[in-house]
Formats: sequence, C-alpha cells, structure tokens
Amino acid sequence: MADITLDPPPGPETPAAHHHPADAHHATATGVSNEKMMMWAFLGSECLLFGALISTYILYRHKAVHGPTPHGLYDIPFTSVSSFVLLMSSLSMVLALAAIQRGDERRLRVWLSTTAMLGSVFIAGQIYEFTSFIRRGMTIKTNVTSGAFYVLTGFHGAHVTIGIIMLLSLVNLSIRGKIPQARSEIVEIAGLYWHFVDIVWVIIFTVVYLIP
Amino acid sequence: MTTTPPIPSTAASGGPATATDPATDASLAAEAALIERHEHPSDGTYILIALALAVVTAAEVGIFYLKSSSVTTVVLLAMMALKFSVVAGYFMHLKFDSPVLRRLFVAGLVLACFVYSVVFFLFGVFHV
Repeated sequence: MADITLDPPPGPETPAAHHHPADAHHATATGVSNEKMMMWAFLGSECLLFGALISTYILYRHKAVHGPTPHGLYDIPFTSVSSFVLLMSSLSMVLALAAIQRGDERRLRVWLSTTAMLGSVFIAGQIYEFTSFIRRGMTIKTNVTSGAFYVLTGFHGAHVTIGIIMLLSLVNLSIRGKIPQARSEIVEIAGLYWHFVDIVWVIIFTVVYLIP
Repeated sequence: MTTTPPIPSTAASGGPATATDPATDASLAAEAALIERHEHPSDGTYILIALALAVVTAAEVGIFYLKSSSVTTVVLLAMMALKFSVVAGYFMHLKFDSPVLRRLFVAGLVLACFVYSVVFFLFGVFHV
C-alpha cells in the first residue's frame, strides 16, 4: 500500500515541482498560484509600457531645438549612487523573502523596512535631481527631450513610490502577525514588483544616462 | 514513492492519506519547503550576486568616462543585459521557478523589443 501512485509523475512543469508551502492548499493547472501568475503577466505588460517610454526618449533625445537638454545637466556620479542604492534595495528585498520563507518574521520586517528606506533614498535623489534641473531651466515643457525625460523617469519614480507603499503595508501586516511563513507568497509577489522596478532602472540608467 | 491519491481517506485504517488530510498538507508543505531551500540560493549567494552587480555598475560608470564610441556603447548595452538577466534570474527566481512564468515574462519582453524595434526602423533610428 505504501507505493500507490495515482497522480501523474512529477515533470518539469507539474505542480509538485514548484509548490511553495503557501500554495500547498490550492493546486492550479499550471502549478503556479493565480496571484503569482497575474503578477508576472502584469510585469510582462509593464515591459510594453516602459518600452514605449524609453523608445520615446530615444526618438526625441536629439530633437530639442532650444533650451537645455538632460544630457547637458546630468550629474553622473550622483545618479550612479542612486542606481547603487536601488540595486542594493533588491538585495534587501530578496533577503526579506528568504527570511519569511525560513519563518523569521523579525528579519522579514527588518529587511522590508530597509528596502523601503533605500527606495525612499532613491526617490529623494530623484526629487533633488528634478529640482536641480528645473532650477537650471529645464522643465517638462522646455523641449521634447526634456518632456520625454521627465515622463520616463517620473513614471519610474511613481512605480518606486507605489512599491514603497506596498513594502510599508507588508511591514504593517507583519507587525499585526498577518504574514506567517505559510503566507510568504505575498512577500514574493511584492518582491517581484520591486525587482522589476529595479531592472527597469538598470535599463534607464544605461540608455538614458550613460549612452551619449 | 509514497504520494497522495485522490481517494477517500483511509488514514485511520493505516492506508494512504488524502490531499485534504491536515497531516498530508503539512507533509506537502514540508516537502515544498525542502524543494524551495534546495532550489533557491542562500543569503550568502544573494550578497555575492549583489556585490557583483555593484562592481558591474561601477565598471559601467568607468566606461562612461572613456572616449565615447560604438564599442563603449555595445559594452554598456551588454553590461545592462547582464545585470537585467542576473536580477531577473536570481532575485526574481525566474531561473528556479516554473517555466510558465519565464515564458510569460519573456513573451512581454520580446513583444516590446519587436514592437519598438519596428518603431525605430520607421523613425530612422536604425539605418539599413
């Protein structure tokens, strides 16, 4: 009786191969929870959104007929530090997930708070950069290049801000004891969003700031 | 191999348990946790990956200060693609998760690359 097998053998895409403890209670046809699948579908669609914004910037980057352009005003060392901060926030996010998957709720809160703080530092840097550009005469209406720049980086900043709100909400839920180890998937889903925001910045930093 | 057949519970009589049995759920959870621990990198690996990403970022900034040419542009784009892949593969666990998720994300990415490449051709950014 010990070797009765009625389920199909586990293959590379069967539920058993990818189940997390949180998913053990509701199997799906794909073997992935619907929430996680939805987040990945959303991120796939976000590729098109940011692709449009980055493409618009590339098309308009040399089209300014008057006024200062972003390339004349960039402070690369400053933006490099901002990029480093956002990159490290991805590390703290993945450490938060690893902590809750081990059942360590205290470290989950520590790493989530660290991630939110690093994200806030990035946003503060972006506000400083925008303020500095505006003081030097480059507003969103100065020329098409500046418009494309502000829309692209502003949209990214808005995404980071939403991510910070999500992280702080998770910290709040965890303090109230609503994120036990069995519900670690909500941290994973929020983490996917956060990492996506990070990889979008990886592209923006290279394409917009570093490539002349 | 002992599994969980979808038949009425016979656990009380010593037979295999069903998927609704709390004991089986706990066992599934433990097994899944074991799989998770085996498949995902350790904290130390994540830290090493982050350090490598920081080094690549520093190298990118260093290349920015070199004389600009098509070579530096290609190198910067290659480094960007490397960072993108590492974050998506390791931090987002695409390397370890279900291939369904990878296909979903890559589909969006490839579609975006295709659509905007066409736009670039139309606007003369790429010259053929």
